[in-house]
Amino acid sequence: MQAFIIRRLLAVIPTLLFTSVIVFASIRLIPGDVVDLMLAQNDISSGTDRAVIEAALGLDKPIYEQYFVWVSNILQGDFGYSLWQNTPVAEQLALTLPITFELGLLALIVALTVAIPRGIYSAMKQDTLGDYLTRSFSLLMLAIPSFWLGTLVMVFPSVWWRWAPPLQYTPFFEDPLGNLAHMLVPAVLLGLSLSAVTMRMTRTMMLEVLRQDYIRTARAKGLKENLIIFRHALRNCLIPVVTLIGLQAPLLIGGAVILEQIFVVPGMGLMLLEAVFQRDYPVVTGVFLIVGVSILLINLVVDLTYGFLDPKVRH
Amino acid sequence: MSEVSLQAPPSNSPLAFHRKMLRHKPLGGIGGLVFAIFLFCGVFADVLAPYGMNETNMQKVLEAPSLDHWMGTDHIGRDVFSRILYGAQLSVIIGFLAAGLATVISIILGVLTGYFGGKIDMLIQRFVDAWMTFPDLVLLIVVVSIIGPGVTQIIIILGCLYGIAGSRIIRGSTIAVRENMYTHAAQSMGARTLHVLWFHVLPNVMPVVIVLFTTRVGAVILAEAGLSFLGLGIPPPVPTWGSMLSGGGRTYMYVGPWLALAPGLALTIVVYSINVYGDALRDMLDPRMRGR
Repeated sequence: MQAFIIRRLLAVIPTLLFTSVIVFASIRLIPGDVVDLMLAQNDISSGTDRAVIEAALGLDKPIYEQYFVWVSNILQGDFGYSLWQNTPVAEQLALTLPITFELGLLALIVALTVAIPRGIYSAMKQDTLGDYLTRSFSLLMLAIPSFWLGTLVMVFPSVWWRWAPPLQYTPFFEDPLGNLAHMLVPAVLLGLSLSAVTMRMTRTMMLEVLRQDYIRTARAKGLKENLIIFRHALRNCLIPVVTLIGLQAPLLIGGAVILEQIFVVPGMGLMLLEAVFQRDYPVVTGVFLIVGVSILLINLVVDLTYGFLDPKVRH
Repeated sequence: MSEVSLQAPPSNSPLAFHRKMLRHKPLGGIGGLVFAIFLFCGVFADVLAPYGMNETNMQKVLEAPSLDHWMGTDHIGRDVFSRILYGAQLSVIIGFLAAGLATVISIILGVLTGYFGGKIDMLIQRFVDAWMTFPDLVLLIVVVSIIGPGVTQIIIILGCLYGIAGSRIIRGSTIAVRENMYTHAAQSMGARTLHVLWFHVLPNVMPVVIVLFTTRVGAVILAEAGLSFLGLGIPPPVPTWGSMLSGGGRTYMYVGPWLALAPGLALTIVVYSINVYGDALRDMLDPRMRGR
């Protein structure tokens, strides 16, 4: 197990390196110069020498040196300052990150509770009408864009019943119920679109497991079908499903961006969009980096859990 | 896997192939049909649309669907049906060009890394790992914020995004083909690398390429709609399905709910059809990937 953990940790390093290079490249590719932006935003154009600012920002140094300076700043928690609010980007990230994570976690819970029972059902009734309908439904959920579902949820209840989903954000620790009431609709929508893939995976794995010898043995012993499904089959089929959580992390965060915008959830997605429209590049790249690194970490944790659950993977 | 070998090889004529698909995979066949109708609407949008894409009529503002306006009119009296057709046109253009670009990038990157392997392959794969770590939409938003919105930009961005991600799939099947007898035979007969790649590797990864391209068209259309919905896609006044659901029209949806229906429905039907068609294609062309 120890060797597995070390190997997996070492494997992350090159990916993490490339992730940081992609984000750094995005910073360098920003149109116009950072210096131009600062001059325009901060009204310090008169009399200030460009070269002085460039030197202060370290832009006169060679590019690899700039990269190392940037990385060491990030490692010290310094993500730079927002061009608009003049607050540290790290501070804003610390505020918005937990909100997006809460939304993602709720969506994941919704997705799993919807997907796993349907996957089991579909596998047990393979090639019946019920299986067919369940599978068609999840294919449909893959095709329906979440922003359309969100729009429908905003428009139709209010036209028909004069009811609209709440859009007022309250922090969880101030008013847990109000917070959940606000998060629930976007979480359900996000969870539904995620459930499609999980359902298909659960179905495939379940079908595979049900064909195994030990299931036939259990049946031959005369065990009850429920016991076979829940005690013997489900345990083995859910292990690969765990890896899906890692694979879905990008979908979860990507989907959160759109739903946060529709339902005014002040998470990282909304922060990113606002920053893009305000051309607040330090914030954009800060969110960009955090999103990439969190997904990498989620995948690392998922892989380690997988190795823990399934001894075969460790080798 | 035993039934795989019993399957007849795919027919050469596309028409016969699709007739067979309708018989064996009805859902996929219907999906293909809807996909064809969507293509037709997109290509001939200028002829089919009863009104211009930005033709306003202030006498007919926010009218419910009628015989004159099949999908109603919006808040400045534009015919929604015509705008859906022009939206289809843009979706076809972006879908095909971006998915085409993505496929070309995937083939070049996937075949080369898969065939040659080695240290450079290792390095490129770690880059692809990092690239695929980012959510599509976040990557798109950041890149659009850097190079700006517009049809050409969107096509290039989406092409690169899905091209790099898709290279994994082509690489996988290239490695499988590389280990086949006929490739080794060609190599030992002294065929040039380019010859082997062109005549032995490429034809054999082609089924995967076709499936990849088809499913990418759907993904690209959905991604473009998402970007346009967020106001980062194609700038107005060009009608796109994504932007018809966002922006100024949003407040009028409470008066005219049909405004919220048509673009989303069009998007869902097209993407759903492409997905089931792609699944059927995969089952028929590439038995190895069945059920994935």
